[in-house]
Amino acid sequence: MINTIASFISAAIIQSIPLLYGATGEIITEKSGNLNLGIPGIMYVGGISGIIGGYIYERMAVEPSAFLCIIIPLLSTLIGSGLMALIYSFLTITLRANQNVTGLALTTFGIGIGNFFGGSLLKLFGESGSISLLTTGNYYKTKLPFADDLGLFGETFLSFGFLAYLAIAVAIVSSIILNRTRTGLNLRAVGENPATADAAGINVTKYKYLATVIGGAISGLGGLYFVMDYTAGAWTNNGFGDRGWLAVAIVIFALWKPSSAIFSSFLFGGLYIICVKIPGLSGAAKELIKMLPYLVTIIVLVFTSARKKREHQPPAHLGMSYFREDR
Amino acid sequence: MSVAIELRNITKRFGNIIANNNVSLSVNNGEILSLLGENGSGKTTLMNMISGIYHPDEGQIFIGGKQVSIRSPHEAFEHKIGMIHQHFKLVDLFTAAENVVLGLKEEGRYNIFDVVEKVHAISDKYGFDIDPTKKIYEMSVSEKQTVEIIKVLYRGADILILDEPTAVLTPQETRKLFAVLRRMRDDGKAIIIITHKLHEVLSLSDRVSVLRKGEYVGTVETAKTNEAELTEMMVGKKVELNIERTDPVDPQDRLLVKNISCINREGVKVLDDISFTARSGEILGIAGIAGSGQRELLESIAGLQHLSEGEILYNNPKTGSTDDLRDKTPLQIRELGVRLSFVPEDRLGMGLVGNMDIVDNMMLRSYRRGKSFFLERQGPKDLADDIVQKLEVATPNTATPVRKLSGGNVQKVLVGREIAASPTVLMAAYPVRGLDINSSYLIYNLLNDQKKNGVAVIFVGEDLDVLIELCDRIMVIGGGKITGIVDGRCASKEEIGLLMTKSSGGSEND
Amino acid sequence: MTDNKKIREPLLRITKRPSIVWWKAWIILAVAILAGFLLGSLVIYALTDCAPVKVFKSLFDGTFGTERRTWFTLQQTAMLLCVSLAVTPAFKMRFWNIGAEGQVLVGALAAVTCIVYIEDMIPNWLLLIIMVGSSVIAGMIWALIPAFFKAKWNTNETLFTLMMNYIAMQLVSFMIMVWVPNGSSVLPTQEFGWLPAILDKKYLFSILVVVVLSVLMYIYLKTTKHGYEIAVVGESENTAKYIGINVKKVILRTLAISGALCGIAGFLIVAGAEHTITKDTVGGNGFTAIIVSWMSKFNPLIMAFSSLLIVFLQEGSSRIAETYSLSDSISDIVTGIVLFFIIGCEFFINYKVNVRHSVKAAKEDK
Repeated sequence: MINTIASFISAAIIQSIPLLYGATGEIITEKSGNLNLGIPGIMYVGGISGIIGGYIYERMAVEPSAFLCIIIPLLSTLIGSGLMALIYSFLTITLRANQNVTGLALTTFGIGIGNFFGGSLLKLFGESGSISLLTTGNYYKTKLPFADDLGLFGETFLSFGFLAYLAIAVAIVSSIILNRTRTGLNLRAVGENPATADAAGINVTKYKYLATVIGGAISGLGGLYFVMDYTAGAWTNNGFGDRGWLAVAIVIFALWKPSSAIFSSFLFGGLYIICVKIPGLSGAAKELIKMLPYLVTIIVLVFTSARKKREHQPPAHLGMSYFREDR
Repeated sequence: MSVAIELRNITKRFGNIIANNNVSLSVNNGEILSLLGENGSGKTTLMNMISGIYHPDEGQIFIGGKQVSIRSPHEAFEHKIGMIHQHFKLVDLFTAAENVVLGLKEEGRYNIFDVVEKVHAISDKYGFDIDPTKKIYEMSVSEKQTVEIIKVLYRGADILILDEPTAVLTPQETRKLFAVLRRMRDDGKAIIIITHKLHEVLSLSDRVSVLRKGEYVGTVETAKTNEAELTEMMVGKKVELNIERTDPVDPQDRLLVKNISCINREGVKVLDDISFTARSGEILGIAGIAGSGQRELLESIAGLQHLSEGEILYNNPKTGSTDDLRDKTPLQIRELGVRLSFVPEDRLGMGLVGNMDIVDNMMLRSYRRGKSFFLERQGPKDLADDIVQKLEVATPNTATPVRKLSGGNVQKVLVGREIAASPTVLMAAYPVRGLDINSSYLIYNLLNDQKKNGVAVIFVGEDLDVLIELCDRIMVIGGGKITGIVDGRCASKEEIGLLMTKSSGGSEND
Repeated sequence: MTDNKKIREPLLRITKRPSIVWWKAWIILAVAILAGFLLGSLVIYALTDCAPVKVFKSLFDGTFGTERRTWFTLQQTAMLLCVSLAVTPAFKMRFWNIGAEGQVLVGALAAVTCIVYIEDMIPNWLLLIIMVGSSVIAGMIWALIPAFFKAKWNTNETLFTLMMNYIAMQLVSFMIMVWVPNGSSVLPTQEFGWLPAILDKKYLFSILVVVVLSVLMYIYLKTTKHGYEIAVVGESENTAKYIGINVKKVILRTLAISGALCGIAGFLIVAGAEHTITKDTVGGNGFTAIIVSWMSKFNPLIMAFSSLLIVFLQEGSSRIAETYSLSDSISDIVTGIVLFFIIGCEFFINYKVNVRHSVKAAKEDK
């Protein structure tokens, strides 16, 4: 029994990591007042950028080094997803385009990029078969050194690649920055009331750009974790599924708090995987359980809007562009 | 006493309008200066030039004897100038302390507890009563104002400018504020307070500078002046406008407003026990400092404000019945057969839809007519043509979006539409604001025509000369209360001016 | 001049345009689409060596090259247009319904459910009528749930409708598992509940329905009292209250219409083309429709062209990818690029960029 629970917990954690990256990135973005619905697309691009970087390095290197196997895909992901967020930022902040429309277009674009290169990368390099970066994948999957010595505990909580721990660290650091620093205070002011932030001498445009691009880059890491750790360096088209939207749901469920996102991601990851873990569950029941995360998100959304507690509302200026002369 | 800030020959124009013409004044350290003037006299514009929002076209600013150029609010801070605007710039979700440090680039690590400490220190020094950890959205207007003042002090301001700080305060709060201001003065700060309440000027300030229509009238020492002199400096001599005024024919009580009170979202009583009667064939003027409750009063009658007390009775001339309009929606009011027209202050935000053309704007009032599922456009089209022609609206055609028209033409479209509904009650809020002379007289004539047709006209105005020449009776409100109702034919400007500033709401001595 | 320093104007100053001549707006849009095409074809060239000049020809060939392709293109356009029509009234009211994907899907699900349970117990025409009815009701319910909470508690409709999409998808997966509990978990093509072919053309019926719906939607928005109320609420809620419009009622009514149309779209997909359902049956059209409606300024007639443009790009570039045996996802990349240009060009229609007067002029000032 305890083994079943432990294996469930560990599976839930694995599921939760991409969600946590996506949610943390989106929270940072939304705190600046940008509702980036392009996050699912950005996460696809994050995944495929890592694959492309790793693939090119594995092709070129005679003897791939562990360090470069890790760092090249990591940087590729940050750059790829950062660039995607930059497109969004340019369109919505500088050109003041509608955020929903831009985000949805970005998602189409990003999923297109992911699936296209995922399906055609080898062909473009004159090879055949499907992508499988075992070497890189193995480096990403390397457990903590002392994981095996700690028995069940180590297996349950310490048997993941470094990206898993990085996800939690990023969420905690984001939480500290948002709540405990001047930068965080200013950023939250931008999302709540950009006119006031502007009057207080905060560069609204700069904050929005930085938050959106950094947020996008963090989300992209979720895609990287998925392709390198979860699927061990392999790409399947649409394999990432709708995890990007689940991340957006977590943002609401966690009430825009990165620290709560850690727990929420775990919960949603658990719901995502529980249907596989419960024995004897019918296929139909599994699909109903998969519905739960979205259902509880809606309930949270309705509940918070009905209670009107100010701290639990979306950033007041979410979804709106800021133009100083509109004041 | 040393001079803290001095303005010499400041002139500021917006297009062809001169907002400030050759204004000179100065404030000393350890002194409170009142800047007195009616609405639109250029007080706020002048102060915005000190706080770096505008830049003067001509003239110089000296701080501590040195000539300076203030190009942004940030530079104003560097010169230790802080302005507290009428509209607070605060993030609702943040605490007072968080708002105080927002945007500051201080040395060292950010620690909100240090900020809380410093805010406490400032509060103790000047006697503010504030909890730095309280969120803004939980605060009263007065507390929010306190946060704004502390924000300025925290940034080390020595010259403080307050734009009509008492407009939103209760008498008790005003008393507290004044005590704080006096303490700051004694601490050596230079304080400028923009106001139009005479008793406040007299009780608080050391000197008074008066502006009228952008011109500098003069500065007097408070100890050597009185209300009458200040009123005359503020409102000036009467100007003859020669607006037509006929005697009311067979006036009947049309609208009886009885003891209505209204509390706004911030919990402030914006209307306080208002009672009056509007009669048919008569123009009732409403005078008062901006924001004294005029908007809420008209909106209450139009069914757009929730009242906490009182009733609004309408005597229907057709049926002879009397209906209470309180808490009815605009649609319910119309369905009762009340022909109420309303020209709101916010023309393009409420009265008209800027992106729609003139014809579609005509339909706003009439589109429901008939049982058909479809719109009937011919009637509104004819009406639009009629209005464009009769009121000489300058527009390429009736298919032009109204936001493209000039202010005067927008107003003609709006007033034209409201009159076309052949009302029995016509309410107009600042109908000539921003209009040129010709358009203004056109509007006066339209209102007079309505009066002759037996309509009960309610006219909210700001120019006292116009009110005195146009209206049969003038009701003066201050701080949400009626301070007097005078006969337009024998009232004097000074009399009304005194009533306007005699708001019982803001007095320190109550 | 005084000896005060003149404030230095920033190099680029952005001001809102009060208005723009219609043909200027069209030129800006045309330039944007052209630039998007250019960049898109460069991307195709980079990936496939298909010379940019040939790209357009290939796109055209891929969409209108054969009669079969032409009909397919038209059918796809009609479906996208139908969903775009559905989301339009809500958008015009500034209600951000991004749940069309789910609303169409439950519409489709309702139609399939009717087929599965009724089969040939009743004549086909009657089955079709029941299917339409169920689809409309299902779509309506799916749209009214978020609308109700928006009207009641001002619940954020963007996030709400977004979540409803995935609930709809899981509902579809669930139903499929109920119907096909073992094995492939793919619902086979259904035999009943097909729309009749007109003139031997399978898709013609649904295309005609969408044409009629476009005209009706145009009439509804432009000439009815409802349409007028939608416009007023969308432009200014203050004005709506001032003239006594019951804003909540209008929100609910409009979303009911929006949802009903989505339901019809779902029905047409099932009865006119797919005859089965998967959770990806709508294939992102619910999201693309939002972009179509928005870039067409909520005008149903322009929407027809916008839909065609997007289907043209998607289908055309898929064919190119097919020729070079590459992933057909290239279509999403190309469409995305063109959309970015269209989205971005809006700025140059609404705002004016003033370049600072030459340095010389600034010096003269001094």
